[in-house]
Amino acid sequence: MQRGKGMKFVGDSRIKANHRMPNLPKDYSEYPGKTEAFWPDFLLKEWMVGAVFLIGYLLLTVGHPSPLEGPADPTNAAYIPLPDWYFLFVYQLLKYSFASGPYNIIGAIVMPGLAFGALMLMPFLDTTPERRPSKRPLPTAFMLLAVASIFYLTWESVVNHDWEAAKAQGEIKPSDLGEGPKVDIEDFKDMPGYEIWMDDAGPAASCIGCHGGDLTGGAGPMLINTGLEAEEIETIAHDGKAPGMPGGTFAGSDEELKELAEFIASLKEEE
Amino acid sequence: MLNKIYDWVDERLDITPIWRDIADHEVPEHVNPAHHFSAFVYCFGGLTFFITVIQILSGMFLTMYYVPDVENAWKSVYYLQNEVAFGEIVRGMHHWGASLVIVMMFLHTLRVFFTGSYKKPRELNWIVGVGIFGVMIGLGFTGYLLPWDMKALFATKVGLEIAGSVPFIGDMIKVLLAGDTTIIGAQTLTRFFAIHVFFLPAALFALLAAHFIMIRRQGISGPL
Repeated sequence: MQRGKGMKFVGDSRIKANHRMPNLPKDYSEYPGKTEAFWPDFLLKEWMVGAVFLIGYLLLTVGHPSPLEGPADPTNAAYIPLPDWYFLFVYQLLKYSFASGPYNIIGAIVMPGLAFGALMLMPFLDTTPERRPSKRPLPTAFMLLAVASIFYLTWESVVNHDWEAAKAQGEIKPSDLGEGPKVDIEDFKDMPGYEIWMDDAGPAASCIGCHGGDLTGGAGPMLINTGLEAEEIETIAHDGKAPGMPGGTFAGSDEELKELAEFIASLKEEE
Repeated sequence: MLNKIYDWVDERLDITPIWRDIADHEVPEHVNPAHHFSAFVYCFGGLTFFITVIQILSGMFLTMYYVPDVENAWKSVYYLQNEVAFGEIVRGMHHWGASLVIVMMFLHTLRVFFTGSYKKPRELNWIVGVGIFGVMIGLGFTGYLLPWDMKALFATKVGLEIAGSVPFIGDMIKVLLAGDTTIIGAQTLTRFFAIHVFFLPAALFALLAAHFIMIRRQGISGPL
């Protein structure tokens, strides 16, 4: 039998497929029921399913713009990390004592490795010709257990995460966009708090460490336009603030703290 | 006119068998949702491919604006998101598609598992499929860093620590992926970009081709 239209090419190096492999699938006419031509009947239906799916997909895209946090800052030590949602179950697994610390390798390598390896080698672990899930209880049970564990761990990770703190810590700051505050700190030079802040070996040294020498923020938030009263600032300096700020790091006297708080509270954008 | 062009090419290259191999086959009743609604589970694989195509297209458009450099990566994404016409939609489709493709692939894997379709003679296709799963996870992991925002940096830090905890070769994996055993910086971003845009898609195309050729060879598994 000649290939295709039986065309002859000059210097034909193609190997003729005289003996076709015997592993062709059974013709579907051997199955009971109604078959349908893929082209074009069934493909049209597939496209309709695809179109409906695409509408849902676009609604999701328009309804929930993709998130973007502030630019990466490796010096921020207070940031609570969170992977994308489909890694949460592994991330949660690493929080349990049998899979963390000295046993980290169990949670990070051994368990995911075994699971992925078993999945990969499934056809050689489950070699019976039975296909119905009820006729092969062990593989079915293992898979259901794995799926249930993934759902449970993901759920645990989600409910234990502080989503409000996560939202706050990732916010884009005006300084990220090159938009400095419309407040000139020099205008507040006469306040006693200005001197205390600007002395970077002084009592406010640890404040500068996180909030920046020019008060525009760093690991901690910007201290311009805080909208806080002086008393509130004093309280925060005393007691700290979740998630990242420790209390009591201001090394000066109460009097100095009061002056500093008044200085920070007065850093407001002019109306 | 079109017919004449087709005939001209076909006369020289014999292209009819190529598309007939792809398009000319029967779809059995048990996978056709028009006959049995529960057969919609057989759509998951096709929908996974559909999203993959959207990911490729949207990703190609994203690279027209994206700059893989620590100084400009975040700024280019911010610009793309807020200034470029339809940039928010294109990035949104890539962002949500990355999640949807994982969901659909997970459902497709479960369908193949619970219908026992990985059994003889389809073992090889199952292995290729699990390989595609791994590549997709890799694409998700490397793509998450590229906007170079806070969540990206710190999630990648955790991921690289996990990769680094592999016994013996952990540090080598870290250097290969991040360019350094401890620093996540300029090299990490360019490497993740290269892996996300060139290496893994190349692997994905090869595996997808193998996946589909095997499906056409073997057909869909019969009814339970």
